[in-house]
Amino acid sequence: MQDTALTPAYHYKVVRQFTVATVIWGVVGMLVGVWIAAQLAWPALNLEIPWLTFGRLRPLHTNAVIFAFGGSALIGTSLYVVQRTCETSLALPRLASFVFWGYQAVIVLAAISLPLGFTSAKEYAELEWPIDILLAVVWVAYALVFFATIGKRRTSHIYVANWFYGAFIIAVALLHIVNSAAVPISLTKSYSAYSGAIDAMVQWWYGHNAVGFFLTAGFLGMMYYYVPIQAQRPIYSYRLSIVHFWALIAVYMWAGPHHLHYSSLPDWAQSVGMVFSIVLLAPSWGGMINGIMTLSGAWHKLRTDPIIRFLIVALSFYGMSTFEGPMMSIKTVNALSHNTDWTIGHVHSGALGWVAMITMGSIYVMVPRLFNRQRMYSVRWINAHFWLSTIGTVLYIAAMWVSGIMQGLMWRAVNEDGTLTYNFVQELAERQPFYIVRLIGGVIFLAGMILMAVNVWKTIRGTRSDEGELNLVGAEA
Amino acid sequence: MANYHSVIEKNVGLMIVLTLVAVSFGGLAEIVPLFWQKATTEPMATLRPYTALEMAGRDVYIREGCHVCHTQMVRPLRAETERFGPYSVAGEDVWEHPFLWGSKRTGPDLDRVGLRPITEQWHREHLRDPRQVVPESNMPAYPWLAENTVDWSHMERTLKVFKNQFGVPYSDQDIDEQMKKVRGEWADATEEDAVVAYLLSLGQARREER
Repeated sequence: MQDTALTPAYHYKVVRQFTVATVIWGVVGMLVGVWIAAQLAWPALNLEIPWLTFGRLRPLHTNAVIFAFGGSALIGTSLYVVQRTCETSLALPRLASFVFWGYQAVIVLAAISLPLGFTSAKEYAELEWPIDILLAVVWVAYALVFFATIGKRRTSHIYVANWFYGAFIIAVALLHIVNSAAVPISLTKSYSAYSGAIDAMVQWWYGHNAVGFFLTAGFLGMMYYYVPIQAQRPIYSYRLSIVHFWALIAVYMWAGPHHLHYSSLPDWAQSVGMVFSIVLLAPSWGGMINGIMTLSGAWHKLRTDPIIRFLIVALSFYGMSTFEGPMMSIKTVNALSHNTDWTIGHVHSGALGWVAMITMGSIYVMVPRLFNRQRMYSVRWINAHFWLSTIGTVLYIAAMWVSGIMQGLMWRAVNEDGTLTYNFVQELAERQPFYIVRLIGGVIFLAGMILMAVNVWKTIRGTRSDEGELNLVGAEA
Repeated sequence: MANYHSVIEKNVGLMIVLTLVAVSFGGLAEIVPLFWQKATTEPMATLRPYTALEMAGRDVYIREGCHVCHTQMVRPLRAETERFGPYSVAGEDVWEHPFLWGSKRTGPDLDRVGLRPITEQWHREHLRDPRQVVPESNMPAYPWLAENTVDWSHMERTLKVFKNQFGVPYSDQDIDEQMKKVRGEWADATEEDAVVAYLLSLGQARREER
């Protein structure tokens, strides 16, 4: 934005901390992902050590990439964006510091307690009740910092990125508190307050909106700031952003039951969930179109700027997975895809393609500005990272598509006399090659993340690369 | 429209309130009615509460993350009922806190595993070394379950919570009986004993339909 004498003194310390944390947790979370992917291909890698088994590490992986990597990215960027777009310094900076250390404490406690087997068993909400309470306190503090900063803004309007970040903060607080309700037995053990089918509905109302608000609305907030900044163009359509914002946040909340198709959840709830899931395509694509079209008139930047490439390809993956999602929520499709690797592929086309890539692009935009550098240490490395991410993601999701659809078809195959064609183990054995391809995709993606970590480190250290003036990024907008 | 919307854009309090309103309907409409629906609140007539040993096995099942790779939800699809057994109904899970339906079948569904013609000994060997009995399996081995004895320290409290908070029909006498066994014949039970007891209990409410 403007760098005049009137620019307020922005409070960057907490943003810097969250940015560095994002990169570190990205490497850690993806490394755990690679490890458990290898375990599925070669079960001997469970090593017969309790805290290294797949059942305990898989929740560690999901928590690390969603909440440690994604969460640090969201909190960090939101506290940057809210200051820049409100043209004011951060409100309550001490509380912001508590948000950082409190949130990191939650992550460390998760990293210790999940391998030890302390879990509520609810997906993406595995943390036991004392950590849940700490997280709720930190989250309320975060909301206070964010909204108080908006409250003291020097602009008249609240910028669109903040609507999305704000909705993400509010909805996640609501979801977390309702879904985590439990009766404690001891410090490390509790039982969900809800029973059976009701517990399932509450869980997937939470679980789907962890996707909808944590992994979508929050990252759309990121998109609405970093895409126009890097493209040097205004957002394509203001009207579209209004319509798709309200539609997105209202509709997402209804889509949870598609995780429970053909389960013993009452049919009416499944049907309502399916209808809203299909409708969700429209507001999702509204966001994608608004982001990608922001580049109209500046398409040539895709050729020269690898950061723009990150951002636009992220939006493309967003568009793809938000087409795939509504399709998979149709009951007839879901009958095939549910419980298979296809779901895992779908999640990763969103998580790697959209969430991680929009984060990486945004961090590449932000790091030189945060640390007063002209540019990232190496733009060539950004470009290499872009290709590693893209190839890794495509390998991963293609392997899971094939494996998942194969699973679904083999499970339902019947002979002419009505008996099943394959037993479960025959199907399991067929997955092996795809698990290896998926692992290779994951390793490539992780390699890119490590390259990013080195690039960020060298940028912060102020090391000069020999690319010198060729670097494109870093010119203050 | 844009003009009306600018009112919201200039008022952060209004924006917070309207956001809260927009995100509230979905959960209210889809969750709240379930608390009053017969299908989701009335236990099946054939359902019986877990014994202390089964409950301990269920805790181990949760601790080890078995639900991460095994579903407990047979869908009403022909190939599924053919493969696993009678499809799951909500009345079986009314006393389940938390639900353990899972979302991924890296291994097979277990909701009817107690009805399968598998011996207790098979389960034990399979848990200790899955590839010994199923060479193609990619399940981790759980040899420590046979070495660890069950930690009974919170069991009385657990049973009382399920009785008083969750409405599971244990009588005080039932709990006393269970705790007598915990101090007696199950005092040295291993976690493997508990997990196997839990696995064998799965699907028993539907035994006649098999």
